[in-house]
Amino acid sequence: MATDITDVRARPEPIKAVPVRHPGRWVSVAVLAVLAAMFVHVLVTNPAFQWSFMFTSMFNPPIIDGVLRGTLGMTICAMLLGVTLGVVVAVMRLSDNPILRVVAWLYTWFFRAVPRVVLLVLFGNLGILWSRLELGVPFDTQLGTLFGLSNLHLRIGGLDSRDLLSGFLAGLLALFLSEAAYMAEIVRAGIQSVDPGQGEAAAALGLSKGQILRRIVLPQAMRVIVPPTGNETIAMLKDTALLINVPVIYELFFQLDAIGKRTFQTFPMLVAACLWYLALTSVLLVGQYFLERHFSRGYGQPARARLKLRGLAAEQGGGGQGVAG
Amino acid sequence: MVKAENVHKSFGRLEVLRGIDLEVRQGEVCCVIGPSGSGKSTFLRCINHLEKVNAGRIWVDGDLIGYRERGGKLYELREKDVAAQRRGIGMVFQRFNLFPHMTVLENVMEAPLRVRGESKAEVRERALRLLDRVGLSAKVDTYPGQCSGGQQQRVAIARALAMRPKLMLFDEPTSALDPELVGEVLDVMKDLAAEGMTMIVVTHEIGFAREVGDSLVFMDGGVVVESGGPRDVIANPRHERTRSFLKKVL
Repeated sequence: MATDITDVRARPEPIKAVPVRHPGRWVSVAVLAVLAAMFVHVLVTNPAFQWSFMFTSMFNPPIIDGVLRGTLGMTICAMLLGVTLGVVVAVMRLSDNPILRVVAWLYTWFFRAVPRVVLLVLFGNLGILWSRLELGVPFDTQLGTLFGLSNLHLRIGGLDSRDLLSGFLAGLLALFLSEAAYMAEIVRAGIQSVDPGQGEAAAALGLSKGQILRRIVLPQAMRVIVPPTGNETIAMLKDTALLINVPVIYELFFQLDAIGKRTFQTFPMLVAACLWYLALTSVLLVGQYFLERHFSRGYGQPARARLKLRGLAAEQGGGGQGVAG
Repeated sequence: MVKAENVHKSFGRLEVLRGIDLEVRQGEVCCVIGPSGSGKSTFLRCINHLEKVNAGRIWVDGDLIGYRERGGKLYELREKDVAAQRRGIGMVFQRFNLFPHMTVLENVMEAPLRVRGESKAEVRERALRLLDRVGLSAKVDTYPGQCSGGQQQRVAIARALAMRPKLMLFDEPTSALDPELVGEVLDVMKDLAAEGMTMIVVTHEIGFAREVGDSLVFMDGGVVVESGGPRDVIANPRHERTRSFLKKVL
């Protein structure tokens, strides 16, 4: 029998060959080791680092407060609002209504063209434009003079803009409005990645446009939308450092900078900022990894193999229908 | 049940349909054959208004599709009303178009639940019955990606039937299938025809047309070249174009 031959034949001896040498690796290790030693030497011997001072002050209550409120709080708020508005703008961009399409295009054009720092400073200074924010009929005074009424005021109510548009709110507005523009592009790409046959099949069943979007298209677009959104979240966390320009006081970088300036220990506090942002973004990176794994289930190779195995098991167990790839 | 009058459709400058007249009676199975690019799929998609016709009229069960006629004037229907018309018309696509993020059972339950707002238990029971009817009881909790093409197409038929349509449109339902899977889908369609469903089937399966069809329409170049009883048309085609097409596919 044919199979017997392989059994009878003795296995050849495993190959014992001299491996190829890689002298380049050893050279690079040596060079890097020297550079690393130099770096550590600077860290340890240069007194300007003030390590003990840095470690004691980087966990001060105002700094923890800044991390929670300014950095994490702002990231969460700006991303939630940004994603929501981004979906709206993306849907507007893809709508049949030409007005909505143009408005959506203008929106993304403006907020992607202006740098975030500039937006933040701009929103921080919006109080200059209006001392009071009021809700009412636009051009009421002008219309009044047109019809011979002087000082016509058709307004419902108002707020002092310096209360409203300073600090946290101004920063939040600038960050989430600009984030929405980027998210709109990401969501649009996601929606467009879904096979048009899906929408047609749903339409043929009598589902409404809104139902098709919510139930059929968006869930499938998620696989494309989630990974870049994770990147956006990490970028947003880092961009909260820009809030120092608004300024927002309860924020990590502002607080570290303030301590540095107050104690004339600027450099240790900058190092502390690096360590804080490293730690925070590392946590998000881990989260992103699991999120991506979750949303790509059923599509990736290992998942497919698992499904196949399950299908085979079912076939053997219950005599089900065959599985085709 | 279905009546089309002088239907025209163009995409840009390309005229795909150039005056289609067709009548399908209640319970009739009408098979549409023709070379690719002859406009048969486009015509099918006009019947449930996935494509807007440029001229002519289509009625399904007495309703003018896509428009409302009042005082000699045509008014475009709003999306809501178009969706309502589509509920009575089931459609099966060449590429199945099942929803990949839902299980087989959820695929079948989706439309009756969201569109008709029926009770979940009732919809579920009907969906299970339908899946049993197309021979897929064992597959209810799997995802479409885990099913073969033939199984997916049978799910798609069950999904369309779940809306209790009065008319079923089949757009080359077996063209994307491996040859050995074609039979299982055609069997389901045969059963459906035997139960008296009105069906319009765009197909390349001449055997199915001859065996199951009540009428056969041969389309070419955006017009109906020839129509009649399937055995008649296949056995003695009157037009040269029909003859040469049948010679190639038979």
